[in-house]
Formats: sequence, structure tokens, C-alpha cells
Amino acid sequence: MTDAARPGEVPAFDTIAAFFAQALAIEVEAAERYALLADQMEVHNNAEIAAIFHKMAAVEAEHHSEIARRADEARVAGAPANFRWTSPDGPEAAAFEDAHYLMTPRQALLLARFNEERAVLYFEAIAGAATDPEVAALAAEMARDERSHVMWVDQWLEEFAPDVADWDDDADPPVNSE
Amino acid sequence: MTQSSASTSLSIVLTGSGGAGVMTAGQTLLDAATSCGLYGLMTRSTGPQIRGGEAAAMIRLSPRPVQSHGDRLDILLALDFANVERFAEELPLDPASLIIADPAAGELPDFLKACGAVVGLVPMAKLAKAIPGARVSMIALGVLARLIGLPEIAVIAAVAESVGRKKPEFLAASEKAIRLGTEAAPDVALAGLALPAEPPLGRWSITGNEATGFGAMRGGVKFAAGYPITPATEILEWMASALPRCGGVLVQAEDELASINMIIGASFGGTPSLTATAGPGLSLMTEAIGLAVASEIPLVVVDVMRSGPSTGIATKSEQSDLNIAVYGLHGDAPHVVTAPLSVADCLLTAQWSVHLAESLQTPVIMLSDQSMGQARVVIDRPKEIALATERLGVEARTDGYARYAQTTSGISAMAIPGVSGGQYTADGLTHNARGTPTSQAKDHVAQLDKRQRKLDAFDFGTHWAEIDGEGELAVLTWGSSSEPVREAVAAARADGIKVRLIAIRLIAPVQPALLAAALSGVKRVLVIEQSHTGQFWRYLRAHYDLPRDVVPIHCPGPLPIRPGQVHAYIEKGAQA
Amino acid sequence: MNMIPGAAALKPADYKSSVKPVWCPGCGDHSVLLSFQRALAELALPPEQVAVISGIGCSSRIPAYTNCYGFHGVHGRSLALATGLKVARPDLTVLVASGDGDGFSIGGNHFMHACRRNIDLTYIVMDNRIYGMTKGQPSPTTEPDWETAIAPGGTGLSPFHPLVIALASGANFIARGFSGDIGGCARLIVEAVRTPGFSFVQILSPCVTFRPDQQRGWKDLVHPAIVPETDDPARAARRLMTDDGFNVGVLYRGRREPYQPSPKTNFAPSHLESEFTV
Repeated sequence: MTDAARPGEVPAFDTIAAFFAQALAIEVEAAERYALLADQMEVHNNAEIAAIFHKMAAVEAEHHSEIARRADEARVAGAPANFRWTSPDGPEAAAFEDAHYLMTPRQALLLARFNEERAVLYFEAIAGAATDPEVAALAAEMARDERSHVMWVDQWLEEFAPDVADWDDDADPPVNSE
Repeated sequence: MTQSSASTSLSIVLTGSGGAGVMTAGQTLLDAATSCGLYGLMTRSTGPQIRGGEAAAMIRLSPRPVQSHGDRLDILLALDFANVERFAEELPLDPASLIIADPAAGELPDFLKACGAVVGLVPMAKLAKAIPGARVSMIALGVLARLIGLPEIAVIAAVAESVGRKKPEFLAASEKAIRLGTEAAPDVALAGLALPAEPPLGRWSITGNEATGFGAMRGGVKFAAGYPITPATEILEWMASALPRCGGVLVQAEDELASINMIIGASFGGTPSLTATAGPGLSLMTEAIGLAVASEIPLVVVDVMRSGPSTGIATKSEQSDLNIAVYGLHGDAPHVVTAPLSVADCLLTAQWSVHLAESLQTPVIMLSDQSMGQARVVIDRPKEIALATERLGVEARTDGYARYAQTTSGISAMAIPGVSGGQYTADGLTHNARGTPTSQAKDHVAQLDKRQRKLDAFDFGTHWAEIDGEGELAVLTWGSSSEPVREAVAAARADGIKVRLIAIRLIAPVQPALLAAALSGVKRVLVIEQSHTGQFWRYLRAHYDLPRDVVPIHCPGPLPIRPGQVHAYIEKGAQA
Repeated sequence: MNMIPGAAALKPADYKSSVKPVWCPGCGDHSVLLSFQRALAELALPPEQVAVISGIGCSSRIPAYTNCYGFHGVHGRSLALATGLKVARPDLTVLVASGDGDGFSIGGNHFMHACRRNIDLTYIVMDNRIYGMTKGQPSPTTEPDWETAIAPGGTGLSPFHPLVIALASGANFIARGFSGDIGGCARLIVEAVRTPGFSFVQILSPCVTFRPDQQRGWKDLVHPAIVPETDDPARAARRLMTDDGFNVGVLYRGRREPYQPSPKTNFAPSHLESEFTV
């Protein structure tokens, strides 16, 4: 199990197996995080955003399957690692703090885009620093995958007009429940 | 079910979720109706989310004051159906009701289809989108205004008043939206409310919690300490700014144990004091309340009852703290327990509670509840009642002062720190007339007698209960049950049934002679309350002589008692 | 979750129940829940061996969101409840969850005594410097000038130093985390559980509804502690008294023996009769 990365440090991978395990872990974490955000939105009656996060979770799950396939082709043990990220959090996982019960589709997609972009930079950094050419090639391929996700989110974003200034305006005050 | 209430009031519920602004819209509707001269009541129900949850604003409007909900809903306006099942038990819809829904919200949930109500579809979300800056709730207000016969201009003015000041740019869009709503309202014949030619002057819009705080201050309270707890926190928050404006102070304590002890301290110093809490907090306070009984310190503890036991349902009402209020102190510790009979009555009862506390030098537990505390009503300006409240004190003296001296009334003069010659040590330990701790039987008995005599000999006057009507059938009730009972009694009388209503405001000490007088000629008594174990009924049985024929009617929260349910019991009770 | 050797290791997801949290989106507690899950997975504790005890408040909702045994008790008494559980059942891993109101206000007394008693508990307080559940009153860690309805103009009172109180009262492990760093908090919880005795972890967890300023501000203010952890109470006292409130990491790890009363013998009660026999 590779050591988790320290902030700013680019992780190194001795083997392709380790790299794949990491890549799978990233996708699993990203998918789980989107699913949790979707749950939060459902509980707060924001069905539109819940649907967007469910879609993102599905996209990450699909990417996970794709990586697992590649790992299999490269005849690598593909069980996702239980990576113990210390700090910062995983490169593709959405931060809970960026959610808001009234968030708009644009904001949800910008959040997704931000995470995909982070993943691009992450894999590009690994590709650049890898000494093993095979790892470098795989990392570059992952970076291209994530780049295509960014473009896909950009396309989706075009469906939405800019947010209004009072997007977070809720006439009702907070209520107590206990 | 009686129909008479339907012709004199309209009940409307607005539901919606995710920041739809349902509660604000409900309040605006109430404000608009008020400006047209109507009276009204508004309560709220919500999901567990702090923001964005499903919410229901429940409004009742009438040409006469109303302080509780009726039997049926005239209109349900649902902005969406997200989790609306949560409110199913609180929405008494029938085939004569009207449901306004947005076709964009999808199919009606089963429970709404099943009630048989007429459904009017209005594309409120779409209409709102057509106006930049408009909220869907404004469209809804327009629809409702048309349906219930409120002039558009009243609603627009109400919006301007509440929101216009904060966001003037929102006003123009709101006005357009309201007008669009009135145009889009379905053409349904609804028995509207007759609007008075002139709105009556000098009315108030107030919640039970605000009325409690204000009544306490009218009674002379100058110090309050408290700890946040649902549904009492608003009393503390209101008093936090009201008290300093009137020469008083409020301290947020670290917990309920601190709160009760703080007000004991302030009262020992001569300042009329109060705390407010709910069931769990009252449980914590019982030790110190006993201390106040034993050391004869005046104070008021407001318990805004909620559904129990333990943490229970914090946002729902119940009348199940009677037992702990009356019996919750260890030892023989007689004290006073009062309970307001309505939202408006919170004002008088709070003032009276302070009066009793100061006069009798004893704790008074005032049992309000969530359904009154957090409800807003529009009422006629309450009469200002002068209660000559006085704490019996002492002047500077040189002879020996006995704080707990025996007197005929049982009330002994209480020296305030600063008075020369009046120094004494207050104590929870059993003490003699001077206040010195003692284990002597004669002292213990003497002081127990004194504190009992204080209450036995006191003239509680006419405030102890509200009694009206004649008949061999009587309805006995207390607290928030009183208003739906009152309405049921009125309906029964309109049907020719003779029934006496007794709504008790003074729970403890018991008043056997007064109740006996009130029950003279009564052969059958219905006892009505919101408690699973029938706490009020059992209390009456234990301490009062009742007619042989007693019909206990009790059910727990969280659902309110409805007038129609009570009317049915009265009808049955009136039969041989 | 099975104890069969060689069976699949427990994952963080195994510690989550099916109940969807009602916390506001944006609340730091969502992250703390994930930290709990990761920590428990790292510790490889079967969920049925773990008890999460809480009081009342938004943070105290957490037990039902985990797949462990839980007790959502009364306001401010979670430490007492947890103490009773741990003394009676030392075999369990007992985590205690609270907020700054529940834990430092009404729970203040129990906090001091739990630190003093040094029973092997891990106490995690999600500190958002506000009473969230009752709609925004100041807590013992709220700034003196923070405007609320119940304290117009602010309380004017200096906030608590919970970490200093913990140290002075005898806690054996003191740490601070920031909810935004899920892995970091998970690591602190793991250390806290592994350290015997009373472990106190204050997690700064922003309240998106009543203190949105925290979300924007805290991320920039938190920083790793400049000096490494210490086991010297005097040194720790100096550091904690001058702490800016945003040092994260393990700040103190003592060497006190944990308190765990245990029976000396296990006779049947009839064994005691001789005391009464004439």
C-alpha cells in the first residue's frame, strides 16, 4: 500500500499495480462523495441538484469500470485500495463544504468541473514525475480521460444561464427541529 | 362534524419545500387579512431540516378572534409535493375542500387524491419564471387572495411592509406576481369571509411566547436567566432585547440548573425574576424549585410544554407536564402552578403568575405549551389589568428580625439585602422562624404549616378559572385544550345543548370550594386534555369531589384537539 | 461484518447506516462523519464493538448515521453516559460525540471530570461556535462580539479555551482538527482511540447556516501546529494558553495511566453472609 501523499508532494508509484489501485480508489471516493451529496440534496428537497450529483456519481462509477477493465488487460490485481489520504483530501472528491441546499445547477457543475480539473492536474503531475515510462503513459492517459470529463461538464454547463444574484435567497428563516 | 365553524372562518394551509418561502408567505397572508379587518391564527409545521425542509403554514381567518384551528381545511395550496406526506395527519381535507397544485409538481400524492377534494391546477412555477425576480410564493399569494376575497392591494401592501423595506427591487416583481396570481386563480365558488367595512382599531399580532414575556414584564419582572430549548427560546430572545429597554437584564445561562439558581439569587436580592424552559429543562430545575419553596423565594418558571417523554417531539405540543409541575419536587413542597388558556391569555397568566409569586413568596410554574407559544394570533388589544403586586417587605429595624415568622396569612415579611437589621440567611435546610437550621419536629411542622397556610388562605380571586354557561353537563379542561373546547361548546349551544364550560387557570393549589360551586347542579362532567395518561383527569379525581358521572377524554400530542371531536363528545354526553 | 480471519477488510462505507443525515448541505459535520468512518476502518474495529454516545444538538445526531451501537442521550450528559458504559464494558470502544454547546456549556462540569477520571474514552467535539439546533445562540466558544437575538451586541464574554481546560483537568491526549481535512481528522481520531485514557479532539466544524463566515474564513486560518506534540504538561499549558485557536494536529499526548476500575474477585453474593452472621 503506497504511502499517502503529503500536501504538495507528487506521489511516486513503484509498480503499475500500485498506480491502478490508486486510480481506482480515486474514482470510488469521487463516486461515493457525489452519492452522499445527492442524498443531502434529496433530504433538503433539491431534486434538480440531487439528479446532477447522481449523474456525476454514475459517471465516476463508469470511469471506475473503465479503469478496472484496463487494469485487467494489463493483468494487474485491481482491487481498489483503501487509501488513507492524510491531507489534503483525494484529488477528485467534491468537498462537502462547497454544497448549499439552494445551490444552482451551474454551481453544482462548476463544483464537478473543479474536481475533474484537479484530477487532470494530479495525473499530469504524476506523469511528469514518473520514472517508470509505463506509469507515465498510464498517468497521461488518465489525465486525458479527466480532461475529457472537464469538457463534458463544460458542455453541460452551457445549458444553464448565469445565476441570479439572489440565488440563495430563502424568505423563510431557519427552523428548530429539536 | 359541525359545519357552523366553516361559515365563520376559513382555514388555509400553504405547503412547500426547499426555500419556497412558505412560512413568510403565510405570514404575509395573515398580515393582509388583518389589514382588511379580519382576525386570524397562524401555526407552522416543518420537517427536521433546519433550512430547505418541507414546511406548512397553517392559517385560520375569521371576522372574529380565533385562537385555535378548526375542524377542516378549506384550501390547501401546495407549491410542491416534496415530503408533503409528513403533514398528512394535520391536513383535514374533505370533498368540500379545494387543493391548488402546480401541474409541474407531478401527480398528487395518494392521500391527497383519497380525500376527494376539488383540485385546481395553476402553473405557479411557470408564471413566476415569466417575471424576473418574482418568487413562486407571490403567485400563490395572488391565487389565495382571489380565492378568499382579499383585495389584491392588501396583499401587495403586506408584502411591501414586510419585505419591501429590505429589498425594494423585489417589490415591483412581487406586485406583478401577485396580480398574475389573482388572474390565474381557478374560478371556484368558495364561501368567502365578509370583510368588515372598517378594520377594527388597536388590534395586536402576537405569539404566545411574546405574550408570556410581555405579561411577565407587566407583572414587574426585571431579571431573567435562561438556556435555549425548543419551544421556549423565543421567550428568552424576546426578553433579551425587551428587558434592557425597561430597566431589566437577561443572562443566558450555561444550563437549566444555572438558570433556576440565577433567578433564585436575583429574587433573593429583591428583583422579580423569571426563567423559561420546556419539559427536559423543568426536570433539571426541580431541585432548585424545591429550594425556592423551602426558602420562600418568589419566582416564575415558564414551561412551554412539548410532546414527551424525554427528548420527545420538540416541535409539537402536548399537555403532559402537569404531573411534574405539581408533583415533581421532592418532599412536601406546595407551590403554585398556573396555565394560560389561549395564546392571548399567556399575557394575563404570565402577569398573574408574577403577581402570585411575589405575593406568596413562592415559585410559580406556568404551564404554557408549544401550540400556544409558537402560534401567532391577531386579537383585540388586551385589557390592561392592574394587579397590585407587592412583595411584603421590611423597613430598617433594630429589633430581632424573624424572616419566617408565623403569621395568620402564612406570609412573612421578606427583607431585601441592603435593609439594615433585616439580615438573615435563606436556607433549604429545615429552619425555624429566624431561619436557623433545625431538626426539631415542632419547627419542621410549623414551617410546613406556614407554607401550606400561605396558599390555603390566599384569595386567588376570579382568575382561577373561566366559567360560563349553565347545564347539567359540564366540560372541564385546561391550557391549550380550552380554545377548541370553547368553540365546540359554542357549537353545541347553537344546537340547543346546555353545557357549562370550566377552563381552569390555577392548577395548584387546588380550589375545592370554588370548583364545587362551579359544578353545582352538574351531573355529568367531560374532562378534556392532551395527555396519554389523562394527567389532568387523575389530578382532579385525586383532589376534588366530582359528580359521579365523569367522562375522561384524553389523547396525547402531537396532533391538536379539534372542536368537532369535542362537539361529538358533548352531544353524546348530553344524551341520557 | 465478520471476524473470520482473511475475510475482506472493513471499509469506511461499512460504518455508515442507511439513515440520510439531515445536516444542512455545507455543514462540517458531514465531513466529520466521513472521518469517523475512515478512522474506524483504519482501526479495523467491528461496528458492533463500537459505541457512539452523544447528547443533544446537530453534532449529536451522528450516532444514528453510523452502523455502530449508539445512544442519543440527554443534553450535556454524553460523557457521563459513556463513562458508565466503558466502566461496565471495558471491552468496547467508546466514542463520544458532542458540540460546543452540549459539551462545554451544560456539559462543562462532566467535561472536567471526564478529563480528570481519564477513562479510556475518545471525545470528539464538533465546534462551530454557535447553538445551531435552537437557531443561533452563542456558545461558550463564541466570540464576545457575535450578534445574536438572545445576546444583542454580543455576550461580551471571553470564550472558553476547551483545550486548556482539558489539559488542566487531566486529559491524556489533546488534539484539534478541521472538518475540511477529512483525512487529517480521521488520523487524529485513530491516534485518539489508540492512545489509552481520555482523548479529547476538538474539530472545528463550520455551521453553514448560522456562521457562513466560518466556512470562508476557517479554511484559511487553520494551520498545522508549529511545534511538535509534547508530553510535558507545563510546556503544553504554555502552548495552549497562547494558541490562536487554529493550530491543528496532536498537541499533547500524556502518559497518565487510564482509569478502569475492575472487580478484584467474582464471588457469589452468598459469600458475604459471614459479615452478618452472629
